[in-house]
Amino acid sequence: MSDTTTDTTGDDLEPVEEFRARARTWLAANMPPLGDGWNDRSDERRERERDLQRTLWSGGFAGICFPREYGGLGLTNEHQRAFTAESAPYDMPFSLNVPTLGILAATLLEFGTHEQKLRHLPAILRGDELWVQFLSEPSGGSDLAGCLTRADRDGDVFVLNGSKIWSSAAYASDWAMCLARTNWDVPKHRGLTMFILEIHQPGVTVEQIRQVDGTLEFCQEFFDDVHVPADAVVGEVDDGWTVASKLLVHERLAVGGGSPYTSGASIGHDGGGADTMIADLARGSGRAHDAHARQLVAEAHVRQMVAGQLIRRITQGMATGAMPAPAGSLIKLFGATNVMRRSEIALELAGGAVVAWPPGEPGPGALAGTASLSRQGVSLGGGSNEIQRNIISERLLGMPREYAADREVPYREVRRGGSSR
Amino acid sequence: MELELSEEQQEFVATTRRFLAAECSTVAVRALEHDPAGYDPAVWSQAAQLGWTSLLVPEELGGGSFSEHGLSDLALVAEEMGRVVAPGPLVPVNVVAEAVALHGSPTQQEAVLGGLLDGSRVAAWCGPTPVDAHRDGDRVLLRGTCSPVEAGARADHLLVTARLEGASTQYLVPSDADGLRVTPLDGLDLVRRHAAVDLTDVVVTDADRIGPHSGAEPAVEHQEQVACVLQCAEMVGALDRVFEMTLEYLGDRFSFGRPLSSYQALKHRLADDKMWLEACHAISGAATRAVAEGRADAADVVDAAKVWIGPHATELVQDCIQLHGGIGVTWEHDLHLYLRRVTVDRASYGTPEEHAERIAARLLGASA
Repeated sequence: MSDTTTDTTGDDLEPVEEFRARARTWLAANMPPLGDGWNDRSDERRERERDLQRTLWSGGFAGICFPREYGGLGLTNEHQRAFTAESAPYDMPFSLNVPTLGILAATLLEFGTHEQKLRHLPAILRGDELWVQFLSEPSGGSDLAGCLTRADRDGDVFVLNGSKIWSSAAYASDWAMCLARTNWDVPKHRGLTMFILEIHQPGVTVEQIRQVDGTLEFCQEFFDDVHVPADAVVGEVDDGWTVASKLLVHERLAVGGGSPYTSGASIGHDGGGADTMIADLARGSGRAHDAHARQLVAEAHVRQMVAGQLIRRITQGMATGAMPAPAGSLIKLFGATNVMRRSEIALELAGGAVVAWPPGEPGPGALAGTASLSRQGVSLGGGSNEIQRNIISERLLGMPREYAADREVPYREVRRGGSSR
Repeated sequence: MELELSEEQQEFVATTRRFLAAECSTVAVRALEHDPAGYDPAVWSQAAQLGWTSLLVPEELGGGSFSEHGLSDLALVAEEMGRVVAPGPLVPVNVVAEAVALHGSPTQQEAVLGGLLDGSRVAAWCGPTPVDAHRDGDRVLLRGTCSPVEAGARADHLLVTARLEGASTQYLVPSDADGLRVTPLDGLDLVRRHAAVDLTDVVVTDADRIGPHSGAEPAVEHQEQVACVLQCAEMVGALDRVFEMTLEYLGDRFSFGRPLSSYQALKHRLADDKMWLEACHAISGAATRAVAEGRADAADVVDAAKVWIGPHATELVQDCIQLHGGIGVTWEHDLHLYLRRVTVDRASYGTPEEHAERIAARLLGASA
């Protein structure tokens, strides 16, 4: 770890306000201002973000809530919130937050062996390793435990065969956590194992999927006799569902913006520019003085404020035990419905500007229209709104579970649809 | 409610809840339907003993709070009152008591505060919209109408905002002043009483003024924020209770041989309602903290709270009525008491649309 953080050594944590002041000074001197293109999903942007993460690392501000023995600062969520607030005017490695830091590093920290954590966590915090999750399969996303990718033990290795899908930027990433079936003779949740998988190796084929907005970020992977060492198991063999379940908790928090392991605004949030963007749309369509348009601008603003306060409430409640882990679904569902509604507001304010624009010069209205095409993505990734509503009603409110035909049935006897491959 | 309360606050909530359970059951609330005051003065005096009227007043003037910020404690009372749709002039009495404590003369404090704090007297806040004021020698004449004014007909004093020679100022007017006419109104809530206050050349002097000659806007804005914070907390308390009742009802009630709570269509509705409810708690708490701590963004957070909670409160209660079926639209069931309360709260102290316009003015500039 960089020696610029010597004032956080010892058992006494640096007071939050001192940390905040130190961060403010350091950010101003070292991080570039937030400009256009911060939410660009290009390869160039990804490389820039690796560099930004390296800057954070060498400045002693990477991994604020990660333990010091794994390269972090060992500070509290309060320190992280202070840093995130101070970092608002600056460009930050946003895309490293989700999934690498907020989901995969958080899960590795919780379930990894000491050796696994020593090997990977400092490398992640240095910006050297980007991680993705290999969970969903072409046969279905919501029924995650119905996974068909198999890992068969062969001496010191597991042999992996199957396919995963909807992994973000796997082609440009380095490592994955991959859920695979290791036992077909037990009910579905009890025969899964989580593996650490190096992405670029023989037997792994990564194909990029073209999305409605033209981006090629999402991937599908094919595994043909991929050899995975036995010490790459995360948690216990056949107990991968425990790991996956917690991974999903981290995912809901991270996607909703409530993870302690992320710095700066995360994906799914539109950063400090959101209100300006919505206000600009109203001005751009000449409706800044239209009573209805003004109500819409205010609503969009209020939704962002309420989202921030809900995240604060739920994450604090989960940290103190006042709220159980499934409460994270409230953040995920709120975040997704918020994006949907704000997109609708943007579309309404943009008016005719979404239809056509001068060649190569899409204005704010045109961008609002394009963004609306993939609006539902935020409700689908990380568990759909419908799944979150199941979790909230069943595990938070204690309402009866849905009937499941595969409960307590050995997985090889469970009926499966025809579209799996 | 805030998830993290101090031990003193937890004890205060427990005491408040016990008191309300004993004195303010919905049976008791219903019994006050035709009562002109809408509350039992003896019960209000007991509530004052528990601290309900003194939390915004400093100790040296006879008040005091449990935590650093009295408004945070008072919001807990408002929330508990919402849970049982309790009667009582919580908002006007506290708004006026704080104004007199902050800006009143020692003579005014001496004359008014004691009765407000021990519950024997009531005051009404006539709101932020100014009446006309005209100077007449040493005297000032007030002219205009304020309506609806909560607890206006029970009040011994009324805090009136006025515009005098183009400047904003406030006067504390005794209810027996010449030219003051207070007309009780009928209303939606069974026990929350409002009145129309007409001022026809009501004579006041500098001795009646609360605060400065001019520039009372910040004080008036603060009063409005306190009123909004308390009504938001009350709505959240009401929603919390209605949600509990509905969740329990869906578990107890069977159709087609299974509990209503096992139907996914209803489970998903409750999940959405729970999300709205937690969001209401979150933004209500934020508004309370922002005003209590005197933060620079207090106006923005309060506006956001009203814009979010107002429409969601009525929508959530209406949805819970739907989930109760036919019993939900009967007089016998308590749900309508809650619907009345949140509907009144939504429309009082600035509608959500008015608060939204204030936000828009900050983002887009004043309306043309």
